[in-house]
Amino acid sequence: MAEILVLADHEGETVKKVTLELVTLARRFGEAAVVWTGQGGEAAKDKLAEYGAAKVYIAQGSEYDDYVVAPKAELLAWLVGQRNPALVLLPSTAEGKEVGGRLAVKTGSGILTDVVGLSDDLTAEQLIFGGAINVSSKVRTGSPIIAIRPNAIVPEPAAGAAVVEPVDITISDQARQARVLERVVQQRGARPELTEASIVVSGGRGVGSADNMALIEKLADSLGAAVGASRAVTDAGWYPHQFQVGQTGKTVSPQLYVAVGISGAIQHRAGMQTSKTIMVVNKDPEAPIFELADFGVVGDLFKVVPQLVEEIGKRTS
Amino acid sequence: MNIVVCVKQVPDTWSDRTLRASDNTLDRAAADAEINELDTYAIEEGLRLAEAHGGEVTFVSMGPERALESIRKALSMGGDKAVHLVDDALHGSDALGTSAVLAAVIGQIGFDLVILGSESTDARTGVLPAMLAERLGVPQLSYASKVEIDGTTITINRQADYGYDRVEATLPAVVSVVEKINEPRYPSFKGIMASKKKPVQTMSVADTGIDQAQVGLDGAACEVVTFAKRPARQAGTVVADEGAGGTKAADFLVSRKFI
Repeated sequence: MAEILVLADHEGETVKKVTLELVTLARRFGEAAVVWTGQGGEAAKDKLAEYGAAKVYIAQGSEYDDYVVAPKAELLAWLVGQRNPALVLLPSTAEGKEVGGRLAVKTGSGILTDVVGLSDDLTAEQLIFGGAINVSSKVRTGSPIIAIRPNAIVPEPAAGAAVVEPVDITISDQARQARVLERVVQQRGARPELTEASIVVSGGRGVGSADNMALIEKLADSLGAAVGASRAVTDAGWYPHQFQVGQTGKTVSPQLYVAVGISGAIQHRAGMQTSKTIMVVNKDPEAPIFELADFGVVGDLFKVVPQLVEEIGKRTS
Repeated sequence: MNIVVCVKQVPDTWSDRTLRASDNTLDRAAADAEINELDTYAIEEGLRLAEAHGGEVTFVSMGPERALESIRKALSMGGDKAVHLVDDALHGSDALGTSAVLAAVIGQIGFDLVILGSESTDARTGVLPAMLAERLGVPQLSYASKVEIDGTTITINRQADYGYDRVEATLPAVVSVVEKINEPRYPSFKGIMASKKKPVQTMSVADTGIDQAQVGLDGAACEVVTFAKRPARQAGTVVADEGAGGTKAADFLVSRKFI
């Protein structure tokens, strides 16, 4: 059976959910062979086995973390040359897409990004223009490189051998040009990552201030959700830029999206309208965000949200 | 310092964007056109760096005749000259083909720094900066929220989910920017007048030296098979808060098994 290469997204030895989603998808097309860069691969292999990984290539050199993207692309290109995979799967994250882009140039293969589904003949489903149009696309040259949007596939356990195969290749000087000097972590609390979270609670202009974003955080924490923000909020400096949901920020498609004090400009909708369920709290009944709402409350968020948090507390305790 | 800024004309996000039924490519006629928003931040950063360190700013844009509007807009913000890559053979190019011709043009112009927006609002692939860095063989400094240059050393803050990485490289380099990086200037009246006199060189695929078989719809490594408008979401329930709005919202979450 042909190998399907899956680039693992992980934080140390913690496997990110999207990696399990990719392994689940890969099994449909061949042997899921996970490509693990940096440390933690040995410790993670049991988890990967639980989701059906047949193989784990571990390239544990520090260069994969010390330099931006290029070493990972070089590693994948080498594996593609050696193993001739039927498909290369990557997470459609900022970095995953960049690795894929460089790999595409190296191998001459086509790349499709932000893919939400893959049919048996490798036709990829994408949602474009902020989710307004469904597109079916195919790669017609080389081993297809497909970047899958996090949260698009449901991870399903299945037994796999997860046989470890160390890979030790020399990364070229060319791939060591952009050196990471320092990683600055600005995470807020222990919340799930925005693009991976099953539930996202976002605040908009109606929240009114940086301090009031604490209310959004409180609601998010009561649901085990990630916090997002509209562009108005990040532009005003009320919340860090990396939490922005929308056309110039992150695209999310969680099971539940809660929009609080967000009017729903096209900018914002482009980043969230493929969410499975959408709940809205806004004082303006004319706000376009209500067009997307499965459930909406027209009211003052400073009254509705604290009551909601209290009710969630009562019902989950 | 030679700074090249890539500029893309895209359909206005606010207009009704669609594809053409005839060849499944972007329907440019159906929508108003504008400069890709993130590119305005790239332009601003290029102009600021040139002001601070000296040098020339050249805009490069690939697109049909109409893309000249976006090139003029960029030139009205500042900069010295532009190259317009315009050729019917380019119609339908994918990111691989686009990056090949852009890299060829940028190589011909000569550069210390290439700056572009981290993605375009139409295709949103976000792969072009990485592809350009790969093709040009220079460091990839993407998703920059801050750029500092000291001699030939360039340092950026690379925006990430967890915060950012400080990344260092030696020029020449490719930089892509996020909108946090600066506040783009508005063109002044003087700038608009001056832009009309700035040279815009037109180039075809043949001028780039790239094989025509590598570009366009036929040269693309990917193809759109079909497309369809997504059905509108079904209208949901909207209630007015009369004191129990939060409770009703909680009821909804229970009914959908979120709590």
